[in-house]
Amino acid sequence: MITQISDIIDRYRSEPGPLIVVLHAIQEKFGYIPEEAKAMVAEGLNLSRAEVHGVVTFYHFFRHHPPGRHVVQICQAESCQSMHSDRLTAYARQKLGIGFHQTTADGEFTLEPVYCLGNCACSPAIMVDGQLYGRLDNTRFDEVLSEHASAAAPENP
Amino acid sequence: MSSTVYVPKDAAALSVGADKVALAIPAQAQARGIPLTLKRNGSRGMLWLEPLVEVETSSGRVAYGPVQVADVPGLFDARFLEGGAHALRHGPTEQIPYFKNQQRLTFARVGLIEPTNLDDYIAHGGYRGLRQALQMGPADIVKTVLDSGLRGRGGAAFPTGIKWKTVLDAQATQKYVTCNADEGDSGTFADRMLMEGDPLTLIEGMTIAGIAVGATRGFIYLRAEYPHAHRTLNQAIAAAYAKGYLGASVLGTGHHFDLEVRLGAGAYICGEETSMLESLEGRRGEVRVRPPLPAIKGLFGMPTIVNNVISLASVPIILDQGAAFYQDYGSGKSRGTIPIQLAGNLKHGGLVERAFGVSLRELLYDYAGGSASGRPLRTVQIGGPLGAYVPASQFDVAMDYEALSGIGALLGHGGIVAFDDTVDMAQMARYAMEFCAVESCGKCTPCRIGSTRGVEVIDRIMVGSNREQNLALLEELCDTMLNGSLCGLGGMTPFPVQSALKYFRDDFLKFRNP
Repeated sequence: MITQISDIIDRYRSEPGPLIVVLHAIQEKFGYIPEEAKAMVAEGLNLSRAEVHGVVTFYHFFRHHPPGRHVVQICQAESCQSMHSDRLTAYARQKLGIGFHQTTADGEFTLEPVYCLGNCACSPAIMVDGQLYGRLDNTRFDEVLSEHASAAAPENP
Repeated sequence: MSSTVYVPKDAAALSVGADKVALAIPAQAQARGIPLTLKRNGSRGMLWLEPLVEVETSSGRVAYGPVQVADVPGLFDARFLEGGAHALRHGPTEQIPYFKNQQRLTFARVGLIEPTNLDDYIAHGGYRGLRQALQMGPADIVKTVLDSGLRGRGGAAFPTGIKWKTVLDAQATQKYVTCNADEGDSGTFADRMLMEGDPLTLIEGMTIAGIAVGATRGFIYLRAEYPHAHRTLNQAIAAAYAKGYLGASVLGTGHHFDLEVRLGAGAYICGEETSMLESLEGRRGEVRVRPPLPAIKGLFGMPTIVNNVISLASVPIILDQGAAFYQDYGSGKSRGTIPIQLAGNLKHGGLVERAFGVSLRELLYDYAGGSASGRPLRTVQIGGPLGAYVPASQFDVAMDYEALSGIGALLGHGGIVAFDDTVDMAQMARYAMEFCAVESCGKCTPCRIGSTRGVEVIDRIMVGSNREQNLALLEELCDTMLNGSLCGLGGMTPFPVQSALKYFRDDFLKFRNP
């Protein structure tokens, strides 16, 4: 892990304003921002650890813990609300037995809220492992989940 | 002779199964021994018909949709490759009323061409605007944009030409062009559709901007929720570099323009321009105090253009056809066209590009066909989470900046989210405050604290605790946020709340179980 993180830092350190670029690359590799990465990034980019921590915690996209093998994001914004994303969310919580920002006990699924996926004419919408789905109902939610469960975990969670 | 079939790879089309259809059609053709060319286009914007499959026939492209894998054998049986009759056939795509009755300037190529195919782009009028700009001096380019009447399509509606002129007149060793592609408003997807369907138009617009103001470097700040647009943009940028449309000497003219995509990280506030600049510099997306304006002191302290995707993507046609051509569309001080996005509880959701001035009613009923649920429409929210709720009694309003502001609403980025009569407007007001609390950058108190207090006050109103006092308190809180916030997030969150209170007060007063 240490080598991979320093490779990432080396790759982007000469870019202007590279911190968020580096954090994206780290999350793409590990699925989250490991605690030990913060000190390395601070050192490598000549920033304080507070600055790095401040940026990591400011942005909702960066995770502080490893996610499950599959990340399920359910849109909570107005357009999806108008098509009853509340019911879909309740169904997803009950089906997976977890709340937002939690991972199922078998490590299979992590559930996250998201505020707009830009699929507002096909509401309600969800994203699973970076793949977008629209016009969701409970039946289709089950289908999508089982398709992803049977597939291998994505390389870039 | 081989037939040509188009299956969109726009994310919305993919979200309802376009990739599977794109596999099934060639497989079925092969099984039947029929030669076939499959092309992947953007979306035509008729999103209720996605996946919309188009077939190239002697009388133009014919549309079938929404097509699922199970429909594919039946389509072949119906000889759809020759435009044959089928339950899913809608006739020539461009004759479908929803599409035919549009004025597509900025979106002219979206859905028509292969998005990252430079030859296809040029064959359909691409890079004519840039070639025209290269014949002109910087001041003339800026004047053309100014004369076109183009105003910022991100929501603020500031004249694009004035921003450009300020950057042009600024003296600096380095200037930047930045594109705000942090399209976070619910109900909006025009930026995404353009970036996925015709990304070279945005690249061309940014290149023209760079030449106009003397900026040699551009950044597209793209939201992380758009992985498909990210891939498409990167492919298109690579294609433009490969043919000399980007780089150290654009088309050998000596103009230097480099362009790259930077990803956001799930912060709505980064759609605010100064917050976006902070984020591009690798920091927390906290709003900057203005002045100085970004045009004077922007990215890395240098003069910077910050424009929305649609503003920049409208520049090529303005340069190609001239300011007067573009200016000719529209109403009042709202010139040109606006891509309206019809979303939420609507039967025919999608994108409609029209000159400013089209009525909301026409959009909701003639284009969108009313609600998806079949129930009466009660209200629409225009312009994202910071936009006012417009009641059904005001559906005759014209879609332009001034008319909407006349009824206390705003056009924003042109997204319309429709709700039927099951919507609870006290809940929606609560959500507006909750969203602001989640997304506040925390720099100013009215936004950071006010939004949380707003949720609490609405909760008390909803359960009937000191209702009249709490309603008065909510009005006061809205006033404080509106007048005391540093930027539009805290300053506009009151709009949906106040409009819900004004038009749907009964929803706040009804009995609820605590």
